[in-house]
Amino acid sequence: MIPYVPGESPVHRCPPGAKILVLIAAGTALFALPRLDVAVFMALAALGLAGLLSRVAGIPTRLMLAQLRPLAWILAVLVLVQLALDGWLAGLLVAARLAALVLLAGLVTLTTRSSDLIEALQRGLAWLKPLGANPAKAGLAIALTLRFIPVLAAITAEVREAQRARGLERSLVALTVPVVVRMLKMSDDIAAAIDARSYDPDRG
Amino acid sequence: MSTRDIVFVALFAALTAALGLFPPVTLPVVGVPITAQSMGVMLAGAIAGARRGGAALALFVVLVCAGLPLMAGGRGGLGIVMGPGGGFVLMWPVAAFVIGFLYERSLRTLTVWKEALILVLGGVVLTYAVGIPWIAAVARVDLMKAAIGSAWFLPGDAVKVVLAVLIARAVRRAYPTLQAR
Repeated sequence: MIPYVPGESPVHRCPPGAKILVLIAAGTALFALPRLDVAVFMALAALGLAGLLSRVAGIPTRLMLAQLRPLAWILAVLVLVQLALDGWLAGLLVAARLAALVLLAGLVTLTTRSSDLIEALQRGLAWLKPLGANPAKAGLAIALTLRFIPVLAAITAEVREAQRARGLERSLVALTVPVVVRMLKMSDDIAAAIDARSYDPDRG
Repeated sequence: MSTRDIVFVALFAALTAALGLFPPVTLPVVGVPITAQSMGVMLAGAIAGARRGGAALALFVVLVCAGLPLMAGGRGGLGIVMGPGGGFVLMWPVAAFVIGFLYERSLRTLTVWKEALILVLGGVVLTYAVGIPWIAAVARVDLMKAAIGSAWFLPGDAVKVVLAVLIARAVRRAYPTLQAR
């Protein structure tokens, strides 16, 4: 789990939408560079930038390195393959590029509250209104999803107890089917309850 | 989308997240760990249909990108999409939509084999078609190597397809939610 590290640095205060746009731009640019030596240089520069920004944001180095831990063995294998096939420059490129992007992405996550990021996404959706997207509906769906996760966990625990009493605790089908059916029934009740309260997403 | 559709979208986004809470199951024979999460893609398409299933997985991917720890093992954040597995994750909404579409198209004539074929097509063939080139691009390996590396997930996918067919059939009998196109 990636925690949020509170702070007042310029990185924290930069609007979440801008951070995401920078990240997308960096990701596109690092893959689009045609020449190997230029790409290596830019990837290393991006890596340096990630380090610099994390220092500015006051994120402990330990936490930044923790972002890379799940990738560590994949990175090692990739670098070895590249070394064997394409030489050390290509290996350096793959490692630096992947590390830079994951660190930059991690930095965005570490310096932005989930609620702010979701809000930014909702605002971003407003641009897609002509295409039929509805930010208010998306907001409702997000809120419901976050509420459903603990409910699902509770129902799963209940059904697991019941199936254990029948000796079916090892059957995934006997566990999942009642959970899904119960959730579907519950969804219909929730939808009816929302409608009964005259919820109208088109008017907010 | 009606209110009921929105609630269904939220439900299947949450279901995919909840499947990530399952401890990864390790196959007894080959020892490949599988997470249940891509089964959420198949179930969303097969039970909620094209529009709602696709929207559910799109919502799930957006929430993961927003940094919520919803992926298996409590991972989350934009790093997931930037990493080698990003292609698979980004294809999930498309896969759920295609599975739902094919289910709705053939709802009246579904057999076990047809269902399995639809799930393999949407949940495996389609996602690998983007996921493998994505690995190749991110990791700068050639396509063949990326494909061989991904083949390790195939036994797990086979198990998930079988489970998804069994679950979708049982749920459809108990609580029909799809409408034929």
